[in-house]
Amino acid sequence: MAEANVHMEEQKRVTPFQQFWSSFKKQKVSFAAGAFLLLLFIVAIIGPYIAPYEPNEPDYNQLLSGPSWQHLAGTDDFGRDIFSRILHGARISLAVGLSSVLLGAVVGTVFGVISGYFGKWIDSAIMRVMDVLLAFPGMLLAIGIIAILGPGLVNVVMAVAIFSVPVFARIIRSNTLAIKSTLYVEATQSIGSSHWRTIWKHIFPGTVSTLIVYFTMRIGSAILIAAGLSFLGLGADPSTPEWGAMLSNGRSYLNNAPHVTFFPGLAIFLTVLAFNLLGDGLRDALDPKIRE
Amino acid sequence: MLAARTKGGIAMKKPLLQVEGLKKHFVSQKGFSKRSKQIVKAVDGISFDIQAGETFGLVGESGCGKSTTGRMIMQMLEATEGTVTFDGRRMDTVSGQELKKARKDFQMIFQDPYASLNPRMTVRDIIAEPLIVHRLEEGKGIDQRVYELLDTVGLPKKAAERYPHEFSGGQRQRIGIARALAVKPKLIIADEPVSALDVSIQSQVLNLLKDLQDEFDLTYLFIAHDLSVVDFISDRIAVMYLGNIVEIGERDDVIQNPQHPYTKALLSAVPVPDPRAKRERIVLEGDLPSPSNPPSGCPFHTRCPFAWDRCKNEVPKLQRGKESSQLASCHLLDG
Repeated sequence: MAEANVHMEEQKRVTPFQQFWSSFKKQKVSFAAGAFLLLLFIVAIIGPYIAPYEPNEPDYNQLLSGPSWQHLAGTDDFGRDIFSRILHGARISLAVGLSSVLLGAVVGTVFGVISGYFGKWIDSAIMRVMDVLLAFPGMLLAIGIIAILGPGLVNVVMAVAIFSVPVFARIIRSNTLAIKSTLYVEATQSIGSSHWRTIWKHIFPGTVSTLIVYFTMRIGSAILIAAGLSFLGLGADPSTPEWGAMLSNGRSYLNNAPHVTFFPGLAIFLTVLAFNLLGDGLRDALDPKIRE
Repeated sequence: MLAARTKGGIAMKKPLLQVEGLKKHFVSQKGFSKRSKQIVKAVDGISFDIQAGETFGLVGESGCGKSTTGRMIMQMLEATEGTVTFDGRRMDTVSGQELKKARKDFQMIFQDPYASLNPRMTVRDIIAEPLIVHRLEEGKGIDQRVYELLDTVGLPKKAAERYPHEFSGGQRQRIGIARALAVKPKLIIADEPVSALDVSIQSQVLNLLKDLQDEFDLTYLFIAHDLSVVDFISDRIAVMYLGNIVEIGERDDVIQNPQHPYTKALLSAVPVPDPRAKRERIVLEGDLPSPSNPPSGCPFHTRCPFAWDRCKNEVPKLQRGKESSQLASCHLLDG
């Protein structure tokens, strides 16, 4: 019926993922950052097996010795091999960064979507709580939460997660508001879609690209905060090969053995930088407004 | 403005849709004090009936409230006053699950085919959505029905796997039409379905809508600002101005023998495909008055070339003229 004057050119089909991939590949710097992080993830998994020494194995003949072929990054005040400790620490830092941001992102997204979609008093109630959380400087809030929960790595994850929640809630709420006012959401409501269906099939998929970008960027700052808390002695146990704790440990020897702080510091710096660069590249590749 | 009702051509049949005294007033508050409240009378008491199987054209310039009317009938916007009766049932009083079920019978085609389709969904998912929401089909049946609907609107089967951005405007509007048809509705509210399309594509889509009406016994409420489009597709026409219906009647009566000065002005602006044709053009002066501060008396008196004192003070009622069978709200008809 209805003769169609419709030509569908036999062009190659482009899925949204392929589109993203081809524009992401063009971002050389973030591509390199992504490759570095991939390497870091592999190190986090196999690090303990390839490390030349045990992380807590002391060598009392080599206290605070500088980098050499025997100890690539030198040794600390107990003669422990710093390179091996950094390899072990990669697992801790990435695990803390990922899990805390994942937790924060899930809770924050739920709040943000509910807030933006239902509006009215629900919106006001949720967003005022988020404003209160945002009013604290991040580090101070994390310290406060640790003060309540007590020190330890699990509590560091909780603290960083809690202070990530309002960031996600706010950005996802504004995304939700924008998508909620689109014609296709009105169309789905006119069909008779439930709130749940509208949120799950239309609103949430629209926030995913923002979510990925913020998720990546937040991991960098989460690792930084977690390291900071450990540096202050509020996170990892001092004997754990955690990068922040290692920094703190080397603080007293800055003058005669700077390598004890330099290498863990470099590890933190490169990891955070890589996450931020990757986030930038993802944003450029995912945001249709920038992509055009 | 009291409601005047047309009984249409077929008086014994119950109309499919009855709209009575429908009003929508938006309240916008400027500043803090309660006194600075502004009331925008987007739709100010309109009434009409639509018989099953007919196409009712609602025409007027942008901002006259025609889309607001469509949204109120769709129950996507709550009416300030007035009733909407669909198939003998008051729609403005149902809500929740009842309303969801009722939505199966009236669907909408949107003006902007670029914005009304979710860019992240494939055409299959878009067309299948109403089927899933109303649990009309399951599993393989969904695919089957999607292909059937694509065929109905003249799109190939392979379109199902694609995303909306891979289609042209006309093709996208066909997808929107397929989505509206999926639940086999009785009434389709078409809100300027062709105004975003190229003229050459417009006629294709209009013809498709006509064919579909014959095939599926559809009733259309066709909203447009283009009189020639409304003329082409409608059985009856209502002309809206500033939230009011100023003229309503059979298509031929309204087009051939317009009674209201506003309708005359609109008709004189329709291009005639003959460069030598001599005709009188009525050019309206001034802008559309703000619906937050509508003129007293006849809403059209500020731009009407024939206005006199009475028009400023007295609101005209819809009435039949001596030489016409349609209704128009103009004091000139008093003779």
